[in-house]
Amino acid sequence: MESPVPCTPANTPLLRFQRDMSLDQSPTTPPSGRTLSEIFPTRLADASGVGFMMAGLRGSAPLLWVQDRLSRHETGRPYLPGLSGRALIRLDVNRAVDVLWAMEEGLRCASLGAVIGEIWGDGKALDFVASKRLMIRAERYGMACWLIRHAASPDLSAARDRWRVCALPSRPHPDDPQAPGDPRWQVELFRSRSRRPGTWIATHDRAADRVDLAAAFRDGAVAEGSGAGPRRAAR
Amino acid sequence: MERWQKVRARARDAPPDDLAVALAVEGRHGPVIHATNRPARLAGIALGARVVDVKAVCPDLHVGHADPAGDRRALERLMLWARRWCPWSVVDASGGAADGLILDTTGSAHLLGGEAAMLTDMEARLSGLGLTSRVAVAPTWGAAWALARHGGERAICGAEEVAVRLAPLPASALRLDAATLLLLRRLGLKTVGALAEVPRLSLTRRFRREGLAGNPLLRLDQAMGRLAEPVASAEAHPRIVSELRLAEPIEDPTGVLPELFADLCARLARHRLGCRRLSLSVYRTDGEVSTVAAATAAPSADAVHLRRLFDDKLERIDPGFGFDLIVLCAVTVEPVAPLQTRLDGKADDDLHLPLLVDRLVARFGARSVGRPVPRASHLPERAEAMAGALAVPDTAAPPNRPPDRERPLRLLPSPEEVRVVYGVPEGPPAQFVWRRKTHRVARHAGPERIAPEWWTDRPGTRLRDYFRVEDQDGLRLWLYREGLHEDGRGGDPRWFVHGIFS
Repeated sequence: MESPVPCTPANTPLLRFQRDMSLDQSPTTPPSGRTLSEIFPTRLADASGVGFMMAGLRGSAPLLWVQDRLSRHETGRPYLPGLSGRALIRLDVNRAVDVLWAMEEGLRCASLGAVIGEIWGDGKALDFVASKRLMIRAERYGMACWLIRHAASPDLSAARDRWRVCALPSRPHPDDPQAPGDPRWQVELFRSRSRRPGTWIATHDRAADRVDLAAAFRDGAVAEGSGAGPRRAAR
Repeated sequence: MERWQKVRARARDAPPDDLAVALAVEGRHGPVIHATNRPARLAGIALGARVVDVKAVCPDLHVGHADPAGDRRALERLMLWARRWCPWSVVDASGGAADGLILDTTGSAHLLGGEAAMLTDMEARLSGLGLTSRVAVAPTWGAAWALARHGGERAICGAEEVAVRLAPLPASALRLDAATLLLLRRLGLKTVGALAEVPRLSLTRRFRREGLAGNPLLRLDQAMGRLAEPVASAEAHPRIVSELRLAEPIEDPTGVLPELFADLCARLARHRLGCRRLSLSVYRTDGEVSTVAAATAAPSADAVHLRRLFDDKLERIDPGFGFDLIVLCAVTVEPVAPLQTRLDGKADDDLHLPLLVDRLVARFGARSVGRPVPRASHLPERAEAMAGALAVPDTAAPPNRPPDRERPLRLLPSPEEVRVVYGVPEGPPAQFVWRRKTHRVARHAGPERIAPEWWTDRPGTRLRDYFRVEDQDGLRLWLYREGLHEDGRGGDPRWFVHGIFS
């Protein structure tokens, strides 16, 4: 898929520098709105969107997680040990229509923590009316509803917040320079009802289970200059 | 044993009658024999022997798995079925194992033509079910137990002759445990009569501290009628059915359903029951019956909810030229108690979750809805198991423990092999192709070695070395190498992607 906003692979020391300089103008917390939000992962096999969403979901109520067949086969299933043991009810269906139907049913259930649906590609089923129905239900019942749209184009939708997420090279590991550290994502809020759209660099502090959003570096020449992160030493 | 034979005969792979067959249950030191058929008994196979020993005696013995819980349920159904002879019946588990029925036929024998005719009738009808039986009539529970197992064919014992009839029977006819029987045999008390002749005082002194199963004096008193042993008859669940006879045959049941469900739920509420399984049958005018069924995750007596479970299923009813009788039957019911979960007297709306699960199951089938639960296994794909959504949630289970090692957010349905472009002797490959894209490993952590589970895996399964790998664009993958170089289990090790980190 052609990504509308290319990921800016950024050098790790540079980003630390940027955080120290407090260049972020509007530091935001990750969203936890009780409405319909959409996430467009920029790359196909990339769990950063899921990680960004999970970091915003608090509480211990079970989640309803609905996947259609292609999302399940291409990007895998949510893995319980990796979700730090969050209670799940998983539903595996074949078509996008069934995902939407199950999500609408799940939004009526007050004992759920959130309703998450994954749909692969642009289908006829997920049109403006379908997303409007989801949004109205989510706001009426006060339930967080996330739609993860793999390999989809950001067409017309009634989602209140629409995010585009892609993985960046992780932060340096405190003990092992060779190992990947805390994950870092580039998140872009490209359409929103309630807040100003923007692009941030999100760092997931796994020890404290906290996400810090910092404004992305705007200076393309500096941000993109150094290419990929530290490479493996030449052997 | 006979239940097993019947099940196998229905599956059309019953063993021939002259083949020795035994059913085994898991014992403390491996499987032990639980039941045998006649050729096996003739070959000298005793109950309680170990299967490995018995195989040495009789090499062509066919061993199957016993199902004690299923036997128990079948016996409970048989107990209710036996109410045809008398109103009081109970499953008899007093001899250690639940292997008999006690019927209190006081006052009902003469209706069936006397006790002898009743026993003949019982044997005939039970053999009609494919079951062999040994029946006896006696004034007390203990005496009937003894006579049925150790007395003659269809023994009938009057009230006065209990002591005489029991005297020649072995001491094991008194429902005693094995240790007490051994002790009695060592004391030389081999029959009930010999035991009855011992002075009561010395028996009392000898077995003062024993419980019922270890106390021959109490058991003797029970058999002789000096100690009461009442029959506590279990009550069968009422059959909850709601049916509607129509004056004219109709083809679409939608209009009559609300009335039918409201009636059924009123009946359920009256008995304080909730329904777990429902079936809806229509009796067609041309003599056919078609049925659809639904199940619920929690006992429910909510008419609207139960009706919605049938929303998509009504199309599957084939009404033909119309039907004039429609029957809604609560096949499985469970008692429900009105729950109060909040202090202000209202019940929490937690019940909505089972209702949601019901609707999802009714639409997508029970196999596509599930709750992942952790399982004690180091292999990633076995570390979580899918519990059925209809299963009763185990509230006593410990809270999910976060794993010690970092685990990916997503696990691929099956590991995908990658092509190594540039391998290095230790650690993950420096460059590999996965899904037709070249990934250059920028950073990695590992290995974490996970050995195969030898008790379940096939011999020759290779170990796995897991690496957390980050490529040049920040994509974090869970990569593993299957096997080692020259581990004698196949060729060069291969590399797989198994999961994706956030």
